[in-house]
Amino acid sequence: MRRVSGVRLSGVTKKFDEGEDQVTAVDNVDLDVADHEFMVLLGPSGCGKSTLLRMVAGLEDPTSGEVFIGEQMVNDVAPKDRDIAMVFQSYALYPHKTVRANIEFPLKVRRVPKAERTAEAHRAAEALGLADHMRRKPGQLSGGQRQRVALARAIVRRPAVFLMDEPLSNLDAKLRGDTRTELVDLHRRLDSTFIYVTHDQVEAMTMASRVAVLNQGRLEQVGTPQEVYDHPASVFVAQFIGTPPMNLLPAGLLGGEGVRVGVRPEHLLPAADGAVTARVHQIEHLGHEVLVLAESETAGRLVSRLAPGPDVPVVGDSVRFEVRPADMHRFDATSGMRLP
Amino acid sequence: MNRRRLRDIPWAVLMLVPSAGLLAVWTIYPLVRAVDYGHKQCNRTLTECRDVGWGQFSRVFQSDQFQDALLVSVKFAVFTVPTGLVLGLALAMLADKHIRGIGVFRVIFSSTVATSVAVASLVWFVLLQPQIGVLADQLSGVFPSLKEPGWLNGNDTALPAVAISSVWAGLGFSFIVVTAALQSVPRELHESALVDGAGSFRRFWHVTLPMISPTLLFLMVVLTTRALQTYGEIALLTGGGPQTTKATTNIPYLIYGENSLIRNDIGLKSAAATLLFLLSGVFAAVQFRGFGKRVHYGS
Amino acid sequence: MAADAVHGARKAGRYALLAVVSVIVLFPIYAVLLQALKSGPDSFDHPRSLLPVDLTFDTIRSAWTIGKLDRLLLNSLLVAVAVTCGVILTSLLSAYAFAFLDFPLKKVVFAMFLATMLVPAEVTVLINYNTADSLGWVNTYQGLIVPSLASMFGVFLVRQVFLQVPGELREAAALDGLGHWRFLWSVATPLSRPTLGALGLFVFLGTWNAYLWPSQVITDEDHRTIQIGLEHLKTPNDISKLNLITGGLVVAAVPIFVMLVIFQRQLVRGLTAGAVKG
Repeated sequence: MRRVSGVRLSGVTKKFDEGEDQVTAVDNVDLDVADHEFMVLLGPSGCGKSTLLRMVAGLEDPTSGEVFIGEQMVNDVAPKDRDIAMVFQSYALYPHKTVRANIEFPLKVRRVPKAERTAEAHRAAEALGLADHMRRKPGQLSGGQRQRVALARAIVRRPAVFLMDEPLSNLDAKLRGDTRTELVDLHRRLDSTFIYVTHDQVEAMTMASRVAVLNQGRLEQVGTPQEVYDHPASVFVAQFIGTPPMNLLPAGLLGGEGVRVGVRPEHLLPAADGAVTARVHQIEHLGHEVLVLAESETAGRLVSRLAPGPDVPVVGDSVRFEVRPADMHRFDATSGMRLP
Repeated sequence: MNRRRLRDIPWAVLMLVPSAGLLAVWTIYPLVRAVDYGHKQCNRTLTECRDVGWGQFSRVFQSDQFQDALLVSVKFAVFTVPTGLVLGLALAMLADKHIRGIGVFRVIFSSTVATSVAVASLVWFVLLQPQIGVLADQLSGVFPSLKEPGWLNGNDTALPAVAISSVWAGLGFSFIVVTAALQSVPRELHESALVDGAGSFRRFWHVTLPMISPTLLFLMVVLTTRALQTYGEIALLTGGGPQTTKATTNIPYLIYGENSLIRNDIGLKSAAATLLFLLSGVFAAVQFRGFGKRVHYGS
Repeated sequence: MAADAVHGARKAGRYALLAVVSVIVLFPIYAVLLQALKSGPDSFDHPRSLLPVDLTFDTIRSAWTIGKLDRLLLNSLLVAVAVTCGVILTSLLSAYAFAFLDFPLKKVVFAMFLATMLVPAEVTVLINYNTADSLGWVNTYQGLIVPSLASMFGVFLVRQVFLQVPGELREAAALDGLGHWRFLWSVATPLSRPTLGALGLFVFLGTWNAYLWPSQVITDEDHRTIQIGLEHLKTPNDISKLNLITGGLVVAAVPIFVMLVIFQRQLVRGLTAGAVKG
């Protein structure tokens, strides 16, 4: 029987006391995570994404609002009874237990018979390539291996919901790339809903079914990675997602009164009759593409992404850029919200 | 958060009860009771007590016996604390060098922590025994008083003799504490002072001493408190004697000693014990206040 | 070359100084040990008593019989082991409450616990004797053991270690379904084993060596600890038997010296826990 295991947040708010002041970490968030979705909570540090995740886990109580897992309202359900598993940033392995004991532990606590326990642990270890390290202790493992043990400990319980709090941030760049692929693979194989917290947009774009972008405790936008990239709901989302970030022109330029126009670097192209003039002050050759950094008297700093070739300008050139209307993102100059 | 706080209460109670109960019965209650008895006069079986007022504390404090005992306690602290501090520091400095075999010397220097009050005192009792003790036999040429009447029996020598035993027994503790402090001084500080051209005396004075000063202050307070509260050494070495002058009857011995005058008066003993507690606190506070400003509490 | 010579001379000088100081520190122990290893008359024949010749176990043997040292040692061992186990247990429990639980007035309760460290035994022993007396605990093992079962020093030490357990580990355990009780025994306690070792050693030594309380609460022969029993080998009126006490001292001190040498590291940890910042 398939469990229905979506997660729904309804008007969830979290306030912390900091001395005399109250700080609102999460501000009235409504979010629906569908069953078997890979939802990534994305935002800069301090945006409230970890707090949101910890409220789903039950490690923090919401100040107001309701958390549902499946059909059940879980505000008063203890973390261990929420049918969730969590992978922490520091992995939180038991340092005095072997890899095997670490993986088996959640089952042991739940009084799963020993034979079954061993089989499950073995299967999880096998799936994550840990079978050869079962007798070691966490201190003897590399960062990547520890991360896998944490994953194995989480999947062994076959939770309905899988929570991950920046699980890749302690790995080096190469390993991070490999693990991303594996996590996507894992998500495909498991019957679980994933909620994944990160500040790294690459992780969000590569793994998520949908991304929820948070800023200062508020939900800015929820959508597939492509939607969020193509139709950012606000100036914040537009600038947070995409490397280098979207060019944002001063209010009025190209857009009319009270409108700011944003242009992705790949849409800012040199043209003989372009509307914006800028002087090139730096060129970054990245191999498969070239970034042109230019300074414009009217539009400020601009970045253009070009294909390598003989047409690429050199430092000191004065270049005219054009933007096709279809590539323009139009935002309200005061509220920062996207205009239709 | 508040809900979590409430959820934890039963656990907190369960886990704190054993310690809290024991501390309440065997530490807090007797303290309160001692203060209470301090203004009472009771018969020997404690069946009848009558309140004689708080004046009993000042009467005890002003009594000749208490004043004499206080003087003995203070003298004992003066004999033992600076000596113990300086010797502990000296031994630790001497052994604070990474040379071959230093571990053996460190074990030797810290060895006296293993001696109990009883063992240390009786060791010195044997050594100082006037008729047949080693020290009396070997050193009486230099110190005739070792033989006649024997240091533990002489009015002027009894207290210093107990002090020697006590300093020796405390040496291991002081050594360990100072050594640990020396090892926590960052190497870079020494190295940068060395690069700046500071000689070993300057390095000691400007780097080592300031860095370990909080530990030395702590050690001084601990040694002083111990000195004021010394009982076992007195009981075993001199029994508060020589009896004619009571030259080693300090406050704890006045309270607990077999030869004590107030042995059977719980009121007077309680008053004296409370005063001892207060005096220990006052001495500690004075030391923290007086030296605390000069102590370096850096990051 | 010259620098090497200076360096060598300095080193030799330091060794010489270390050796001299060691001899001075060890002299009392050495002298008493050798006296204990000689027969009666030999042990008073100074300075020959300081030479390791004509050694015999006679003195130790008669001290053992006359002083009934086997009984004393057994009493001390029983009391020290019981107190050590008890203190570790009560310290673990209270330290857990202070480190991992959230309850009202936690800081106040902790401050009150800490304050008990300031109360010296010299004040409490007086009344504790009456308490023990009214409980019928004078001249009993429980009288020796129970009053020492809680130690704020232990609570403080264990709490320091518990506070270093990462918060995420506690949370991971909560998600795994671990309640406080199981987290204490299957995670927190194993993680603090080195400190518990130091605490145990420290408490064991302290109890083994205790003098004031046992000297008050025990008046009969059966429950005397070794520290109290030694005194009864002291015979001021018959100095020819003075060497008996040296035998007793050796028996009382040797186990502790052996422990010191074996567990030096742990002991230092325990002793310096409160003394050195950082």
